[in-house]
Amino acid sequence: MTHRPLIIVRSLKRTGHMLLLAAFAAFLAFPFYWMAITTFKSTRDLIDTTHNPFLFGAPPTLDNLRVLFFQTDFGRWIANTAEVGVLVTLITLLLAVPAGYALARLSGRWGHRLGIAIFLTYLIPPTILFIPFSRIVAGLGLQDSLWSLVLVYPSFTVPFCTWLMMGFFKSIPRDIEEAAMIDGLSRFRAFVKVVVPVSSAGMLTVVIFTLTLVMQEFVYALTFITTSAHYTVSVGVPTFLVRGDVYFWGSLMGACLIVSIPVALVYNLFVDRFVAGFTVGAVK
Amino acid sequence: MATVETRRLTKRFDSGNAVDGIDLSVREGEFLVLVGPSGCGKTTLLRMLAGLETPSSGDVLIGGRVVTWLPPRKRDIAMVFQSYALYPHLTVFGNIAFPMRAAGVARADVATRVQKAASMFGIERLLQRKPRQLSGGERQRVALARAVVRDPVVFLLDEPLSNLDAKLRTSARDELQQFQRRLGTTTVYVTHDQVEAMGLGDRIAVLDHGRIHQLGTPRDVYHDPADTFVATFIGSPPMNLLQNGRMLSGVRPEQLLPRAAFDRDDAIVPFPFTVNRIEYLGADRLVYGTLDAPRADTKVIARLPSMITLPIETGRRYDFAVRERDLKHFDRESGRKLERAA
Amino acid sequence: MSASGERLASALATHAPAPARRRIHPFDDESWLGRILLAPAVVYIVALVGFPFFLAISYSVSDATVGSTTLHFVGFRNYAQIFQDPTFWRSLRNAVVFTGVSQVLVVVLGKILAMAIYADFPGKWIVRFLILLPWVAPISLGSIGWLWIFDPVYSVINWSARALHLFRGGFWPIWLGQPDLAMASIILVDVWRLLPLATVIILAGMSSIPQDIHDAAAVDGAGFWRHLFRINLPLIMPIMLVALLFGIVFTFTDLIVVYVLTRGGPFDSTQVIASYAYFTGVQGGDLATGAAISLFLFPVLVAVAIVFLTIAKRTEVT
Repeated sequence: MTHRPLIIVRSLKRTGHMLLLAAFAAFLAFPFYWMAITTFKSTRDLIDTTHNPFLFGAPPTLDNLRVLFFQTDFGRWIANTAEVGVLVTLITLLLAVPAGYALARLSGRWGHRLGIAIFLTYLIPPTILFIPFSRIVAGLGLQDSLWSLVLVYPSFTVPFCTWLMMGFFKSIPRDIEEAAMIDGLSRFRAFVKVVVPVSSAGMLTVVIFTLTLVMQEFVYALTFITTSAHYTVSVGVPTFLVRGDVYFWGSLMGACLIVSIPVALVYNLFVDRFVAGFTVGAVK
Repeated sequence: MATVETRRLTKRFDSGNAVDGIDLSVREGEFLVLVGPSGCGKTTLLRMLAGLETPSSGDVLIGGRVVTWLPPRKRDIAMVFQSYALYPHLTVFGNIAFPMRAAGVARADVATRVQKAASMFGIERLLQRKPRQLSGGERQRVALARAVVRDPVVFLLDEPLSNLDAKLRTSARDELQQFQRRLGTTTVYVTHDQVEAMGLGDRIAVLDHGRIHQLGTPRDVYHDPADTFVATFIGSPPMNLLQNGRMLSGVRPEQLLPRAAFDRDDAIVPFPFTVNRIEYLGADRLVYGTLDAPRADTKVIARLPSMITLPIETGRRYDFAVRERDLKHFDRESGRKLERAA
Repeated sequence: MSASGERLASALATHAPAPARRRIHPFDDESWLGRILLAPAVVYIVALVGFPFFLAISYSVSDATVGSTTLHFVGFRNYAQIFQDPTFWRSLRNAVVFTGVSQVLVVVLGKILAMAIYADFPGKWIVRFLILLPWVAPISLGSIGWLWIFDPVYSVINWSARALHLFRGGFWPIWLGQPDLAMASIILVDVWRLLPLATVIILAGMSSIPQDIHDAAAVDGAGFWRHLFRINLPLIMPIMLVALLFGIVFTFTDLIVVYVLTRGGPFDSTQVIASYAYFTGVQGGDLATGAAISLFLFPVLVAVAIVFLTIAKRTEVT
């Protein structure tokens, strides 16, 4: 038997493999590619149905972006989202890091169970809680205020981040803390001075994850916020840039792109850790 | 340096008593080794001395002071962990300086003392490296330097050599003993390796199932074992145990020799056996065989030094014997040694 | 007691040292410290998840509206009402169908994609980046992208298919305007959104299989398909289950995709539980009915939680 057929089979397999990957990547990334093209097309180019949408029938333009930044509250929305993001991240760190440590180290058997219970609360979706929340928020006078989001968002970031930190702390060898205790620190000080610095990667994961969750959140923001100046990006873009039946597609797509790509870039660096948190320890 | 003492120290877990009412007394400046198979409680005992585990009952005393409920940092001890437990985010300097910084020692003092500790172990040139850049042997030295720098009254060591490869282990053992003699600090050392225990300890405590079976010098433990557990745990290959009426008799492999090897005047007891297998180890030959009737089916091991050149072949029967005074006798039920009848 | 023990005991009797204080300093007391560190998070979760949840239940059996200041207990009237509502049943059916179809597709496609991306090759980072995009981008914004792709006039799908002569004559599907097509479009976007997460989870599962097992199978003569079905799939079944469970939770409870693409239309044909609850409760002001509708999300979540607990129990050995 000659070797040639084997080589042909191999290169066919390889090509098939590459084509398959390309097909998936195309399917998953196409909308973003489409967003990019649309962002830079002038409106008359977009509207003209005789033009090939893949090509620039008229020269590419930054007009859509100009409209986006100067004629809408888009900049405002980004600022709002950033504000909420930073505050919620701080709250989440303050709550989830100590809780994760307590569950990982200090609680024995019921600690594991409590950890799972906390994780399960992550599964209670905003779409059950948003109705009672709308009343609670109104009752607290936080209707249409960003503070309502700062109050409510930790309800889904804290459970998952506690779980993440618990897993992370468990992976730190106990004897480093014990060495610190022998070297002269109390348990709490050992936590602050040794465990926390060593788990900086885990905390960074929590920060990134919380920020992306805040950026993605839609339901609560839609329910609690009503005026344009107070929108976050996730809600402002779909609701405001659609005025009646006229869609400012160029600006719309520009907004989507500007927000999505940086988040994607950063998130990409931390994917493995999120997956570890998601897989509930089923994968060691 | 100080004495270390435990009184009826017990640690209970769901599965039973890991440490079962141990009374231990370590003398000032002594190098005491806790040795036993895994699960015997030696590490739990050490951790209770350190304050990392709280006892279920009993007391721990250091320097005559009851420290049972004191946290580790108040006991003036230092510990070297099996994994060395170096702080990964600190340099070697930072690691060694850590206990002093925790105690609030002045900056200039910290630097001098770190230098002193580092030079004691020859790691001055590593001070700016991080633990992950060090080899196993280097990490071990950093752990020791960190333990030494606080000038504690007691050192606790939890199998610090087991992560080193075999060659490194012997030289590390040598250095460890020398450094302990120089400092003279009371040391409690845990290991599962009985060769290490014999080589290092001033006294050895042999543990099993949470109890001390024997506490004595290496010589005592080897030549005068308190029970069959100690007799078979210490010494490699283990002591041969034979039924002898209502007793068990023990004979060490190096004491089971061909009849011709003994002087004519020695009172000897014959143990003829048929050879199953021979291992040629260079300095010794290990001969595995089965005894003749009346103790047929009992397997024995004999260790012949290379001096004895008698040719041995598998399948053949040889006349081996033991000096009568070398035989140890144990009670068959309890395993405890029987004092020799006068 | 041993001889030495007896000596010690008598020594103790005459020279007993002062009994040490049994109190442990708070910062060392592990159980106290544990509770203190855990308390803020637990209090917060109970207050902001537990409490609203029970509030939702109580609303569902009351007459709460956005404007009302008092609550009256009305028994199961709201539930009776929604059981009579054909749109409710439509929503329930849609939620189940969307979730079922999309997640089956996600798991199967996710496995295929995970296998394709498993090996190392040049440019893997870029491919991974592209593949993750739907998951990391905010959901509402990704959905808007699809809104543009599905546009009734300017849909690039239609344009391309027309250009390739796949669509002829008057065939011009209105993706979001015809009920069946709208449902298919939503399922498509659901698949698009969750495929990356499933793929990454399955990839993690695949890398946890020790290489030795693959080697042993190769030596034993297993070909591609046998290896796949008898070795690979059985070993990663638990992880695929985890991916499936997450996908089910995220899709079944989802509001955003439906809201952005169709607002539940055309004529309520693509409503799901979550969106219907929103339109009834928040936009319509009828909090009580909205709450009742949204609570139908809960049984599925309980089922998923039970499965998760079973998986977690098996890993509890550590």
